[in-house]
Parts: sequence; structure tokens; C-alpha cells
Amino acid sequence: MSESTIAAISTPKGEGGISVIRISGSDALSIADKCFSAVSGKKLCDMKGYTAAFGAAVRGDGSRIDEAVALVFRAPKSYTGEDVVEISVHGGIVPARECLKSVFAAGACFARAGEFTKRAFLNGKMDLAEAESVIEIIGAKNAAALRLANGAKEGRIGKDIEKITEKLLLTAASLAAYSDFPDEDIEGLDQEHFSAMIEESEAAISKLISTFHSGQAVLLGVPAAIVGKPNVGKSTLMNMLSGNERSIVTKHAGTTRDIVETQVNVGDITLVLSDTAGIRETDDEIESIGVSRAIRRLDGSALVLAVFDISKPFDGDDERIIDLIKDKNCIAVLNKSDLPKVADCSALAGFNTVEVSAKLGGGMDALAKKIEELCGAAALLPDDTVLLNERQYSCAVRAKNAISEAKEAFCSGVTLDAVTVLIDEAINALLELSGKKATGEVVEEIFKNFCIGK
Amino acid sequence: MIKRYDAGEYDVAVIGGGHAGIEAALSAARLGCSTVMFTISLDWVGNMPCNPSIGGTAKGHLVRELDALGGEMGKAADATTLQSRMLNRGKGPAVYSLRAQIDRRAYSGYMKNAVEKQKGLDVKQAEIVSLEKEGGRWALTTRLGACFKANCVIIATGTFLGGRVYIGEVNYESGPDGNFPATELANCLKQMGLPLRRFKTGTPARVARDSIDFSVLEVQEGDEKTEPFSYKTKKPIENKVVCHIGYTNEKTKEIILENLDRSPLYSGVIEGVGPRYCPSIEDKIVRFADKKRHQMFIEPCGENTDEMYLQGMSSSLPEEVQLAFYRTMKGLENVKVMRNAYAIEYDCIDPTALYPTLELKSFPGLFGAGQFNGSSGYEEAAAQGLVAGINAAHRVKGKEPLILSRTGSYIGTLIDDLVTKGCMDPYRMMTSRSEYRLLLRQDNADERLMPTGHEIGLIDDLTFAEMTGETRLKEAEIARVKSVFLPPSEALGELLISRGTAPTDTGVNLADLIKRPQISYKDLAAFDKGRPVLSDRVCEKVQIEIKYEGYIERQSKQVEEMRRLESKRIPEDIDYGSIRGLRLEAREKLSKIRPDSVGRAGRISGVSPADIAVLLIYLGGIKGENK
Repeated sequence: MSESTIAAISTPKGEGGISVIRISGSDALSIADKCFSAVSGKKLCDMKGYTAAFGAAVRGDGSRIDEAVALVFRAPKSYTGEDVVEISVHGGIVPARECLKSVFAAGACFARAGEFTKRAFLNGKMDLAEAESVIEIIGAKNAAALRLANGAKEGRIGKDIEKITEKLLLTAASLAAYSDFPDEDIEGLDQEHFSAMIEESEAAISKLISTFHSGQAVLLGVPAAIVGKPNVGKSTLMNMLSGNERSIVTKHAGTTRDIVETQVNVGDITLVLSDTAGIRETDDEIESIGVSRAIRRLDGSALVLAVFDISKPFDGDDERIIDLIKDKNCIAVLNKSDLPKVADCSALAGFNTVEVSAKLGGGMDALAKKIEELCGAAALLPDDTVLLNERQYSCAVRAKNAISEAKEAFCSGVTLDAVTVLIDEAINALLELSGKKATGEVVEEIFKNFCIGK
Repeated sequence: MIKRYDAGEYDVAVIGGGHAGIEAALSAARLGCSTVMFTISLDWVGNMPCNPSIGGTAKGHLVRELDALGGEMGKAADATTLQSRMLNRGKGPAVYSLRAQIDRRAYSGYMKNAVEKQKGLDVKQAEIVSLEKEGGRWALTTRLGACFKANCVIIATGTFLGGRVYIGEVNYESGPDGNFPATELANCLKQMGLPLRRFKTGTPARVARDSIDFSVLEVQEGDEKTEPFSYKTKKPIENKVVCHIGYTNEKTKEIILENLDRSPLYSGVIEGVGPRYCPSIEDKIVRFADKKRHQMFIEPCGENTDEMYLQGMSSSLPEEVQLAFYRTMKGLENVKVMRNAYAIEYDCIDPTALYPTLELKSFPGLFGAGQFNGSSGYEEAAAQGLVAGINAAHRVKGKEPLILSRTGSYIGTLIDDLVTKGCMDPYRMMTSRSEYRLLLRQDNADERLMPTGHEIGLIDDLTFAEMTGETRLKEAEIARVKSVFLPPSEALGELLISRGTAPTDTGVNLADLIKRPQISYKDLAAFDKGRPVLSDRVCEKVQIEIKYEGYIERQSKQVEEMRRLESKRIPEDIDYGSIRGLRLEAREKLSKIRPDSVGRAGRISGVSPADIAVLLIYLGGIKGENK
């Protein structure tokens, strides 16, 4: 292992209140002392862990970069388990970059993506499953996502998986004993016991698999599109949901020509919401490009909010919208409930409908509830474990398929040595899922998702 | 002080003439090394001091593998078989296991002759009492002062090394079957600093045939259609005897429990650890207290002897108690004991002190094989003997060592388990020890290992050519079967229905039919007009490979995954102490065993998956780093 001291900007790029430069390694304190000068004159090297100093970030020649605060962590009580200094400077790209330059000049190396966490891992600060959940905690978009990711960091998935794995291991062991000791009259596995065990494991994994997509909705956000014919209030709805004037609203039909995107939190769900051009027959070249983009976005969304103006009778354009959304996960948003209802909504029978007044905010709670329901978040109990990512999901699917096949093979009379191959495969997939079987691929997969500075 | 004299020089010296020693001596000599094999008694070369049988679950696999690598055990067993059975026929091809009752004296005679006749191999009756390093070579001294020099020494001392026999309150220094023990050698090895420890094993009584009432016992016949162990055996194996099955009962249990305090195991006299998977009858009764009865197999020890072996009934209880509890069993009411049961304790090494070549890490040129390495069983011993013999010869000749992989053989699995995981009790091979059971079948041992045996030089060109020819026939037949479609017919429908599987009303692929669990390759001969005439051996392989194709493929994928971890090498100079993420136990174990790959590291007990993850990342699990 290289004994080098590493550094990186650990806050997001761009303007913000502060930027933090994190330095970790055996020389972290002495390097930081060359780039930071405390008002008190005290050296960081002489400071205890968990203490801070106020002063300035400086260059090697002593010239000042910015006002700064340095936080000292002593090994092993730090994120990485090594000596760590975090220098906070004013937000904005320039002070942070200048400070980092100075840190490099003082002898630190550039930290690669995930290297801080990698070091934390190597120093025994966390296991693989925890490391994996750190990515999700960083990426958490809302409170529910954070809750799920923290559940994972506490090892909840591991415990659930372990229960299933133990059951399968027990089965594999009795299958083995049955073959290995033909002279001892060990009972063969009876069908009933075997099937019960298999079904139990299958059900437990199926549950994890079934909540994956709702979990992902919570963790990653749901791509959603607002569609409808022109002037039904799509942009007003967008603005109401996002809480600001994201889309331009006028009384002229066709104001929104291109797609406008924003991220909004609706209850436990984060929507990656697109406001689209009104869909109608048009000869306007620019508008028709907008319309076809709107239709493409509608197709690619996991949730569609189709807006209808119920203060006017439905026309051919409305019917076209209804046709476009009929196979989608969608909510028919019946807008302008503040005006007298004129439209005959019987064409929307069978759709999820919510009456709102996007302009005045009426019905928005009902809409939020419906959105949560359709994204599956409502089905997730606060303590549910969810599979965090595609890697875990694919392991679970592999395990489930192997178990289902084992059941089928056993029932059709395939010999037990072959059935065991399938059970072993399920066990391997589950061990891989919980990080208990660390192949090079698993480790690489987990750490590649980290960004620089973590 | 005895006067030492120079008695000769050899490339390889083997201490012990048991199953490990024989294979070690034969393979070293066959590979062109001048070799000497020492045995305490020339009358007991290749003795079977325990059960008169070879093979059994996983052990049958070992014998076939040994045969494919050019070992002798399979041929000797075939030549002296009394009864042959393929175990686990109903449980699937991965666990089919050949087991043969053997004429014990005939087997010993065959092996004695084999070592005597072997060119380049001298066989001597002598007790080696000391072993020393002298000028880069090993000096072995006999009790009579003869001093032999050898480049490599293979220790295959079995239960002779520091042997002590226990029967009830009586115990005394002894080798197996009343032979002298090798006590001085044990002291010498201890002084050299070898990590020795005590293991124990036991054997049941041999009883007189005419004192058994066979009329009340279940008969166990041999297979109607027998198979040999050795690829080279052409003569059909004949069943000459039957075995019988009896049971213990409440009375047996009562007597044993009443006298438990007289057992050296329970009174604490024996310090050696016994084999977990081959317990004595008192052990079984104590450990499985709720079991009503235990099985016993009565096996003849030979054609020209009345001694009968009571398998499953080993004991170290006093002689009178033995007789009393044997006589509680149906059929044994008047049994006469010819040799009593006994436990024997012996010295062996912690096998983690060995490289996978079976050479000791701290003693270049010194190898171990068999019970000395902590294993139990003739087959396990022979397998190690062969590998130690080959590696000693390769060392002498300056050739690359032979390390068999876990993914390719049970022998590789056995040795890997021993040297990587170590063992806390005498190690017995079982099919469940292998992760790749469906690939490492006894039917394909020839295909798996004969290329290696041939390359090493222990398999002759002719045998190798025969095997490769057969493999081609097999492959051609599998390809043909996959391309044949059978038209629907009344007769075919009847067959399928009679086997309890769905009839077809359209044409059906032959391979798909064979994949049905209820249908065999041979069943369909009448419907398969273009079928060539093939040997039984080839037919069986065709059937297994078609039937289990999907499963075999799955397991092959698992092998690939395993190989990737095996190929992740660990640098020899790695400092585990500096990797703080490793748990303390893992750091200690890794520092001691010093595995050569991440795969091997993962199999060390006390090294957890979390430790392996740490190791992988330390070694540069992340792309482009530290590589």
C-alpha cells in the first residue's frame, strides 16, 4: 500500500457557502501546516483530534489565499482511520482550487474516486456493505432515501439475506450428508420439507425483488412527464409542484416549446419532472418538433401526469392524449377545478384521476398521495429493507431463479447432486449480494460508483 | 551409542511402506529417481489395518484419479476384489462411488510384489530412528546404524509414528496390527522442530466366521454388473463373497454406557483427536443418544481366512466389554473374537506447515504424505503419496512441481484443504468437500487427469491414446444424439408412459428425451436406428453428459469465477501486519500460512469474506490502481 497522503475537494463543484479540502494520510498534519496558518500561531501538528483552528489558507510562499478553518482528526478516529485535516474555505471554485494546489505543492497526492472510503475500508472502519450504502447516503435525494440507505449501512439487508442463506446452507448440508454417508441410514430429504424450505426462501427473496423498483424510486427519483394539449395548465402545475416559476406561463397556447426539467420532492418521492409542449396537430415547424419531443418524453417516463382542462368540453386533442396514456403508469390531472366543471370525464373511467386547481393549489395533497401510491413508496414500510442498486438486484434475481429451478428440478425427479448445484448457485448469489463473498468484480463494482473526494 | 556406517545414497527415500509410502516410492522410481522405501515389517507392505475395503464415497473418486495419474492402488484393488458395489446409484452421477471389499493378504502381497519388481526402487525392512540435514542432503539412520543419504525424504509413517495402542485401562507403545512403533523417529522430528500433534483412530474386532449366525442377518450382494477402478483393468471383476448387515440394540447401548468410564477416550487418557466422520461405537452412542440402533456391516477379510471385520463397531473399551456388547447383537450371540478392537494414537503434523507440493515449508527436500499429514483413510494416503513422490522426483530433476487444482480434482481439493485450512481431526475425503462435484465425477477422472499423468510420464502413450480415442467417440456420439429426432410412435409413447413421463405426439429430440430423469440413454436404443456400438464406459459418459448438461455448464461457470480469484496472486513479501483493516485473527493466520493467491487465502479458516474484500482492495481491486 502506498503510504502517500491524499487530498481532494470534498464538496460539490460550483458555488456554495463553503468548500472543504480533505487531506488524509500519515503526513496530513504536516502538509496542512504548510498550507494553513492559524491566527493563534498554533501548529496543526500540535493540536488534538476533534479540534479546530481559525486562520488562513496560504500558498507555499506564505501568500494568503482565503480565510479558512482547519479541523483536525487524529488516527484512528477519523473517516479514513488515518490522520485527517479538513480545511474549509469560502465556497466558489477559485479559493478551493487554489488551496488544493497549495496542498499538492506541500506533498499530498491527488485522491482518486472513492479513495477516502477505500482507505476507511482498508483500515477497518466499515465493511463492504457499509461502503456500498455510503454511496447511497451521499446520493440520498430525500428523507426516505436517507432512511433506506442508513438501514443498509446498519446492515439490515445483510441480516435478511443471512436468514435465507442459512436456510439454504442447511438444505445443502443435508443433501451432502445424504450422499456422503450411504452406510449411515440418513433419511433422504422428503419432498414436503424440501418444498417448504424452498418456498420460504423463494418468498423472502421475491419480496426483496418486488420492492426494488419502489426502493429505486425513493433512492434515485422517478422520471415523470407532465403532458396534455396546449393551455390546460401544465406549466402552472409544474410551477405549483416545484414551488417556483420554473416554466413560463402565459394565456397563449403553445408557450412551452421545448422540455423544461426540474426535480421536485413529493412526499417521500423525488420526481425528475419534465414539463412538455402541448400536444396538438400543428403546422408550425418549431411547435411540431416540441410535440414530438413531448410524446417521446411521455413514452420514456415512469410516471405520466396527463393534464385536462375540465372547464371546457373534451375535444379531439384530449382524446388523442387519452389514447397516448392508456398503457402508462399515469394520473389524469383534472385541472381548473376552481372553474365550473363542464367536461364529460367518462372517457377517463378506469384512470387514476385527481381534481386540482393548479392555479390556486387546490387538490395538491390528493395529487401527492396518488403520486406516492403509484411509485410504490406507499407500500414501503419505514423498516423495510430494500435492494440498493442494480448490482444487488441482479444478485437477488439470480438467487431467485436458481431457487425456482431447484424446486422444479427436485419435483421432476432430477437427482439431488444436480439440485445441489442450483442451491449452491443461489447461496453464492446471496453471499455476493450481502458482500459476504467478495470477488474482485464485486469489490470493483462497489467502489467504482464513488466520486472523487469521498 | 551405536556405530553408524554409510549404507548408500539415493535421490529419494520414503519412510513407510503403507498406502502413501508405496505410491510415493513407485512414482519417484518410475520418474527415474533412485529410490529406497523403508518399512518396519516387510510382511506388512500395503497392509489394511482397518477395514478390508477400498473406495466408498469420494474415496472411490480418489482411487480413479490416482489411477489416471499413474498410481497403483486401483490396479491392486481390481486384482484382489472380493465384492464390488457402486454406491449411491440412485443419488446422481456426481456421487456414484465405487467401493470394493478386498482380500487383505492378497492386496498386501500384490503391493509387496509391485514395489519389489519396480526398477530403481530398493525396499528395505528397517526402522528409521533419525533424520538430519547433512551438507544439503538428508541423512537417515536405521536402528542398526545404517546411514543412508537422500536428496528428498518422504515421511509416510501412518500410525507407526509415536504409536500407542489403547484397550480399556491397558495401553502400550505399538504400531498397528501388533507391529513395532516408530518411537525414536517421533522424538527426532520433535527435536527438529516439526509441529507435531496427536491424532487417534480405531478399529473394530475381527471375529470368527463360524461363530456368526448369518441366517438371521441381512445379506448385501455385490453389483450384478461390476466396474473396475483402473482404466487399464480389462478383466471383469467377479463377486466372490457377500457381506451382511446387523444392528445394535438397546442392550448394546446399555452395556456400552455402563462401561463408559472404562473407555480411555472418556477417562481422558487419550489426548489424540479422533476422526469425526468415523467415530467409535461408544462415540456414536453418546453423540447420537436418541438413535435407537446403529448399523453394522460384516465383511470378510479375505478368501483364505475366517476373520470377519465388523464395520462401524470400532471401540477402545476393555476386551471383556467388547465381547459382551458384540454378543448383544442379533447373529453375534455366540461370536468369538479373534482380534480385539483397539484405538491407536499417533504423531502427525499440522499440515498448514506444508506447501501444496506436500514439501515442508521450513525443511526443503522433506515431504509428508498420508496420516502423517493429518488425513485418514487408505485412499487419501495413497493420493498424497503419489503427489509427494512426483514432487520429490521433480525437485530432484529440477522440474516444475505438480500442484493439482481444486477445480480439477478431488486430490487437489484434499491437498488444498489440508495445507490451506488445516485439520482439527483426521481428515476424511467426502464429496461435499468439493464445490464442483458435478464436474469432478469418478466417470471422467480419466479425461480430467490422464493428460497430466501422461505429461508427467506415469501414463504410457498407449493408454493415453486409448483414452483420447474414447473421448472422441464420446463427443461424436453426444453430437449425434443432439441432432437426432425421433418420430412419434406407439412403442415410444408406451415406454414414456410406463416410466411416468409425458408421451409426445410430435417428433422429439433424442437428447431432450435423455434429459428426462425417468429415461436413460440405453432405454432409447430400440428407437435410435443410427446408434453406433460403444463400450459401456462411453455409453455411461454420453448419458451423464447429456442428462446433466445444463448443470455441468452452470458449475463450469462457477469454476471460472473461482479461477479468477486463484489467479489473483499475493506477493510473497506482503506484510499482513500493516493492513489494519484485516481482523487480528486473519492477520495471524495469513502471516502463518502465507497463501499464494486470494482464492487460497479465502479458504483459510479464520479469514472472513470481509478480510478477503480488504485484501482484494489492498492488492488493487480498483481498476488501474496499485497493479
